[in-house]
Amino acid sequence: MASGTELTPTSYIDHHLTYLTTKVSEGSFWVLHVDTLITSLVLGVISFGSIWLIVRKATPGVPSKSQAFIELAVEFIDNEVKNTFHGNRHVLVAPLALTVFVWVLMMNAMDILPIDIMAWVTENVFGMHNWKIVPTTDVNTTFALALSIWFLMIFFNLKVKGVGGWMHELFCTPFGKNPLLWILNLLFNFIEYVSKPLSHSLRLFGNIYAGEIIFLLLGMWAATGVSGTIFGSILGAGWAIFHILIVTLQAFIFMMLTVVYISMAHESH
Amino acid sequence: MNINFTLISQAIAFSVFIWFTVKFVWPPLLRAIEERQKTIADGLAAGERGRHELELASQRSADVLREAKQRASEIVQQAEKRATEIVEEAKRTAKEEGDRIVTGAKADIAHEMFSAKEVLRQHAAQLAVAGAAKILRREVDAKAHADILAAIEEDLK
Repeated sequence: MASGTELTPTSYIDHHLTYLTTKVSEGSFWVLHVDTLITSLVLGVISFGSIWLIVRKATPGVPSKSQAFIELAVEFIDNEVKNTFHGNRHVLVAPLALTVFVWVLMMNAMDILPIDIMAWVTENVFGMHNWKIVPTTDVNTTFALALSIWFLMIFFNLKVKGVGGWMHELFCTPFGKNPLLWILNLLFNFIEYVSKPLSHSLRLFGNIYAGEIIFLLLGMWAATGVSGTIFGSILGAGWAIFHILIVTLQAFIFMMLTVVYISMAHESH
Repeated sequence: MNINFTLISQAIAFSVFIWFTVKFVWPPLLRAIEERQKTIADGLAAGERGRHELELASQRSADVLREAKQRASEIVQQAEKRATEIVEEAKRTAKEEGDRIVTGAKADIAHEMFSAKEVLRQHAAQLAVAGAAKILRREVDAKAHADILAAIEEDLK
């Protein structure tokens, strides 16, 4: 934790919200959050790698327990996609939904790990003083996901409807074809296209970030004494149990919005 | 809330993971699932077919059983009829045989009676001759009076 300096609530929270950064180039944009990137990469490699290892030996006969588990998850996601997306979902949308769900779920789940123990581990085992272990509390991660999906949405709009078709949609929906309404339609669509990635990413970020802050506040309670430690632990455990729901729910919502956005790009109004 | 290069690196990582899932994770699992679904569907269809066949077979066996019963009763009926016929025939044959025996016996009796009468006739003729001889107290030439004897004989008939 705070190395040598006096530990105040502010420095405690500051420490937990500080990224391990490195500069890739000059300018304030060219900064990389190494902790976010490495943690998310490790989580992604572990989850997709293990899924791949199981799926590689997938048998159409009686499945092993691990295969059955993966199939359960995959069929759950596939069903959700099937209800929303009407097209050949196996080409991209369904695997995309699986990727989003698994990855976001894993990144969110880092939030449940006891924050100070993990800080101790990263500091004393890996020698990293600042290491944020929840990649989805980094707005860069959620924006990266939301914007990638946003670009996919634009791509499918152009691919399915063509430039003309999409322009027609931008100018003539949702209010009507009347030229007087063109500007209004365009404005409306512009707001929609801006708000989609914003709400998509900020919803996930907000939920997980708020969850982390609550853990930090409960952790600070321990500084007030024995009773504070006990109550902080009990409430922390309760919040962690409740957080299991939030973590899963946010991953699911993020996935569903991804599917809905991509589906909307495929369907003309 | 500071947007920086992390966003781009995360987007790249995300696209790599999407590519990996699309390419390596989804297809084999989907194939396995679809193949299993097909196997299950086939199994269910086979079960349905088997049940249908069982139904048909039981229907057929019931038919066969009914037919066999009918045939059996027909055979029994025929046998009864045949038995009656045989009894009737036996009766008839027996009656015929009896009649024949009776007729033969009657013929025998008649024959016997005839020969007995013949003998009696001869004896009567001889008795008459002997009687006449005694009455006449003389030898009557049987040969000389043959015509008379014959006439008597004729009368006795």
